[in-house]
Amino acid sequence: MDFELSEDQVLLQESVTRFVADNYSFEQRRKLVDTDQGYSDKQWSQFAELGWLGMPFAEDVGGYGGTPVETMVVLEEFGKGLVAEPYISTIVLGGGALVHGGTAAQQQELIPQIAEGNLKLALGFAERQSRYNLADVQTKVEKSGGDYVLSGMKSVVFGAPTANKFIVSARTSGGARDEGGVSLFLVDADASGVSVRGYPTVDGMRAGEVTLDGVKVGADALMGAEGEGFGALETTIDYAIAATAAEAVGAMSALNDMTLEYIKTREQFGQPIGKFQVLQHRMVDMFIAHEEAKSMAMMAAMRIDDEDANERRKAASATKVQIAKSARFVGQQSIQLHGGIGMTDEYAAGHYFKRLTMIDRSYGDGDYHLARFGALS
Amino acid sequence: MDMNFTAGELAFEQTVAAFVAENLPADIKDKVDRGIELNREEVRRWMEILGQKGWAATNWDKKDGGPGFTIAEKFLAEDAIFMNGAPKMVHFGTRMVGPVLLAFGTEEQKAKYVPKILTSEEVWCQGYSEPQAGSDLAQLQCSAVLDGDEYVINGTKIWTTSAHCADRMFALVRTSKEARKQEGITCLLIDLNAPGVEIRPIITLDGKHVFNQEFFDNVRVPVADRVGEEGDGWRIAKFLLGHERSNATYVSMNKRNLRKLKEIMADQRADGERLADDPGFVRKVADLEQDVLATTTMAMRQLAAASADKPMGTEASIMKLRVMDAYKQCHELMMEAGAYYAQPFERGHIRGEANTEWVGPDYLYRMSPDYFESRAMSIAGGSHEIQKDILAKRALGL
Repeated sequence: MDFELSEDQVLLQESVTRFVADNYSFEQRRKLVDTDQGYSDKQWSQFAELGWLGMPFAEDVGGYGGTPVETMVVLEEFGKGLVAEPYISTIVLGGGALVHGGTAAQQQELIPQIAEGNLKLALGFAERQSRYNLADVQTKVEKSGGDYVLSGMKSVVFGAPTANKFIVSARTSGGARDEGGVSLFLVDADASGVSVRGYPTVDGMRAGEVTLDGVKVGADALMGAEGEGFGALETTIDYAIAATAAEAVGAMSALNDMTLEYIKTREQFGQPIGKFQVLQHRMVDMFIAHEEAKSMAMMAAMRIDDEDANERRKAASATKVQIAKSARFVGQQSIQLHGGIGMTDEYAAGHYFKRLTMIDRSYGDGDYHLARFGALS
Repeated sequence: MDMNFTAGELAFEQTVAAFVAENLPADIKDKVDRGIELNREEVRRWMEILGQKGWAATNWDKKDGGPGFTIAEKFLAEDAIFMNGAPKMVHFGTRMVGPVLLAFGTEEQKAKYVPKILTSEEVWCQGYSEPQAGSDLAQLQCSAVLDGDEYVINGTKIWTTSAHCADRMFALVRTSKEARKQEGITCLLIDLNAPGVEIRPIITLDGKHVFNQEFFDNVRVPVADRVGEEGDGWRIAKFLLGHERSNATYVSMNKRNLRKLKEIMADQRADGERLADDPGFVRKVADLEQDVLATTTMAMRQLAAASADKPMGTEASIMKLRVMDAYKQCHELMMEAGAYYAQPFERGHIRGEANTEWVGPDYLYRMSPDYFESRAMSIAGGSHEIQKDILAKRALGL
């Protein structure tokens, strides 16, 4: 039984902590997300140099053979700084879909480019009517000779505006919500028929609506076997849950630290407000919420690559439920304890709260995962 | 015991509803629906329309230019106005300055300020909180030093709603440093266009500009613009707290938001079904709806007590706590209903300045910003923690 990080993992953690300390003060982050693109290409290149982009991929495709624990380490530190670069969309979602659902040829061609920082991906898996059901796919596929023609729209695709390639779920067969018949396709962002309506999201990141209007792709764009893409998609999203759980844990610890500091220093009625028992107990509850979330994120990192798909699903859903509870509580209470200043755009707390809220709203919310967890138990 | 409004009262409510339905300008209604703040011209235009019926100040007596409603009529009128799409009645002039001047002002002050409050020709804001005086308001430091027949003001006020749209500020300032902080506080009416006043915007989490911080650098205010005597400020502030007998607006707002939530649920889909048919979600909304019913019932109880001139107890604190809890919960559920489409955020749309189409269902673009804004409801106007302290002391003697 060992919950400690290895020496290498500690070194990795220290390098990310250093990076965030040097480049991601709240003011730096704020300026960055207000630019058109919302993140820095220069910093993305630095991630490549530092080996973070190649981290989770196999060595034989240019990666560093990292496990979900390495991903947890990186994302937790990213969460503390609210790092805005498209790590989740390119590495966890896009890269994850390649690993779990791509052909060997696709992995060999694309993963090295990702690791070098030369290829950004975005995974389009949600649709207008789908809510959180990954199998609810109406984007349709028509066969045309050996090619495929895709038509439909993928919703709120994280990282869409600057992606070089999309991976999209589309239906080659089956009924509107059948798992069977869902296929994954690689689509160039500049392919004819692809249009992206990009926008910022509440947390300062970027997403977009990706419309596919008769987009023709070759047979080599199909990832894995036709109609059998659902398993890879579901696995990828479960991995994303584990990764964003770690990010949420980092954000919660930053929020708790700044809230604790505030109630120790803010004076009203002749004393620091942290002397009032009501606030002490509230802060303790926030502290506990973070510890529980951290425990679940660690569990997720260790269980998410379980060969038993049901163990993986349970781990992911239980973790997401914890995040829903903890992140919401810590986010909301940090604002409450800060009073008026917590409500301002100028102060950091609100930005952490917003990122936590968006993580809660992605990949299935607490209700969705409670139901999934319940059904699996 | 009787919970019903009389036939006459209900008929009156219908009259108000009909008037609003016919006379609320479409452009204003649209802005309110889309959650975009009104500008001064729009506020004034709507207040003038209400003023035609004498309804600009629903809480005023006939002798003061108001409609002289009974408490039941006031409750019903405000509810009808609000439920038919009108803007929130957060009007510092009619709700705050007006009642204070009518109760404590000199004849000159009333003649000078009251008519323009009724027509919204002059817009007021409230200068209370300071960076070091939030929950502990009595600690306020903004100083007013007498110099001849003027006070010289130096200091700052913060969290002032709509100061950037206002002509004048009703402010609590410190005229002396007494052993007991409250005794050194005085009410002044400050002209925001006077030399030395600087107003800085504060942008909140939802991207809106509602709050401000004001800086006063040797601003001169005539003694004639002091309300009451020096040291009366705290007593006047308490009068205002007691005078505003209900959080009626927010009771109505919760009903209106609940209606909107149900519209969203009817439109949103999950697994091909309406979210309105999802048992889990329905259960959460039912819980909220029961809370809204409980707070509405408490409001009516408070109303009945006020009508019978019974002394008002600690109902205001209880109401604030529960009404705001429901308000926050409703916004949380609206955002949850949006799922992925609660994420896009375009500042231009929030401010009503965009010329592109919104992404996703139209009704969803404000759901997250409004959720973030709603978190302030347990902070502003006396935080939840303070309200509970008040109840512990006054209701329970703890």
